[in-house]
Amino acid sequence: MSRALTVLATGPLALIEDLGRPGHAHLGVPPSGALDVPSLRLANRLAGNPEGAAGIECVLGGLAVRAGTSCTVAVTGPSVPVRVNGHLVDSHAPVHLRADDVVELGSPLAGIRNYLAVSGGIAVPPQLGSRSTDVLSGIGPAPLAAGDVLPVGDPAGLPTGEDAVPPLNPVDFLSVPVVLGPRDDWFTGAGAQLAASVWSVSPESNRVGLRLLGDPLRRAPGFDGRELTSEGVVTGAIQVPANGRPVVFLADHPTTGGYPVVGVVPARHLAVLAQARPGTRIRLRG
Amino acid sequence: MRLRRCGPDAVLVEVDSLGAVAAARAALVGLPGLVELVPAARTVLVSFEPGSPGLRQVQAVLEQADLSAAPVVDSAEVTLPVVYEGADLELVAETAGLSVAETIALHSGADYTVAFCGFAPGFAYLTGLPEPLCQPRLDNPRTRVPAGSVGVAGEFTGIYPRSSPGGWRLVARLADDAAALFDPTREPAALLSPGDRVRFEAVS
Repeated sequence: MSRALTVLATGPLALIEDLGRPGHAHLGVPPSGALDVPSLRLANRLAGNPEGAAGIECVLGGLAVRAGTSCTVAVTGPSVPVRVNGHLVDSHAPVHLRADDVVELGSPLAGIRNYLAVSGGIAVPPQLGSRSTDVLSGIGPAPLAAGDVLPVGDPAGLPTGEDAVPPLNPVDFLSVPVVLGPRDDWFTGAGAQLAASVWSVSPESNRVGLRLLGDPLRRAPGFDGRELTSEGVVTGAIQVPANGRPVVFLADHPTTGGYPVVGVVPARHLAVLAQARPGTRIRLRG
Repeated sequence: MRLRRCGPDAVLVEVDSLGAVAAARAALVGLPGLVELVPAARTVLVSFEPGSPGLRQVQAVLEQADLSAAPVVDSAEVTLPVVYEGADLELVAETAGLSVAETIALHSGADYTVAFCGFAPGFAYLTGLPEPLCQPRLDNPRTRVPAGSVGVAGEFTGIYPRSSPGGWRLVARLADDAAALFDPTREPAALLSPGDRVRFEAVS
């Protein structure tokens, strides 16, 4: 009996994430952290944790863990079947486990990322103040693998049974606002150009950025072929590389970039982008 | 100086020299709600917690600051032991019109300052490179530069914290017993931080 979770299966990708390590960009360290922040926070509240405790971010389901001791878990994110010892239980609700119980996630019906929180939080050693895995720079724990034993902290509070939390319902057409700048002047009619296209999420998207397919953005006269000296970028920045196809930077983005950023998606709209499957259509309202 | 909007909670300060970057960065330290303060070659990115009053103070703070004066800041002094056996040392010497020994003396005799970091965790862009060593990148970047390699490019010298692709001309490598430039399990994780003063010490 130990306060631990044993990983039995991971699905395509399962990572430990908390709210990341902002404040280190001047050292070249990305912020990292959960991509769908509200879902991680909710999972933690349901499990009785502070909202920033480390949980598991699971891509397209398939995660299975065995409890080493009695604990409470909660699964959030898009609607997903959750089973304990083979029996369906609720997602978006506290689930009490006994030692040796196995909790499994099926495949989310829409969206990409589910979050599993456990009472006490995953207690791997933090790096630069966070337990998050950063896939760009390799900081934080390695991606989870079957056989991993994850230490779990002591419970800090009581699980909260929030009334009827509806699962997210990711849609296949998103409309997302953009604050233009800092380099919108590099593009002809930046706001109108962004808004005129319906972008499609590329399958090459990952935690570093959401890559968008569509008609390339055109540079303004005088900016064709011009090079930008590298400068700091924020999460949500829409960087436009030489091929004209935008990349929306997500939590594991490089701290500086050498291509112009035409606009920024406000942080509160990034969770929905983090759940956008390849092929999802997106309108950017500049 | 120009401020460029960078989403709801950040602003990019654009200036015209590395000196002004350092001065602007120093002036902005300590603003309320500050999250990130990221200097680069001609810009400082300043980001705040959502809704923080600090964002609205940036312009006034910078207008009161003298961006032409070197900032007075507490900075660490770091001496890095290096072995001058870089793969491009002879190329750099030839381009500079110097002997290898003179090139080593020039690189190890200068005082450097960390202007900014980026590219990878712990990668510091050091200014103060003597003019003859300010040289272009390689025409064909290497697909793999070993960790600890010391290179020059443009007005900068720097050390690769881990192996990665790279096009800087390599003049040296960190000594085997030197502290790691970046170790996320160490406190502080990064050996070099913007504003720090750096010297290279030739060892064999």
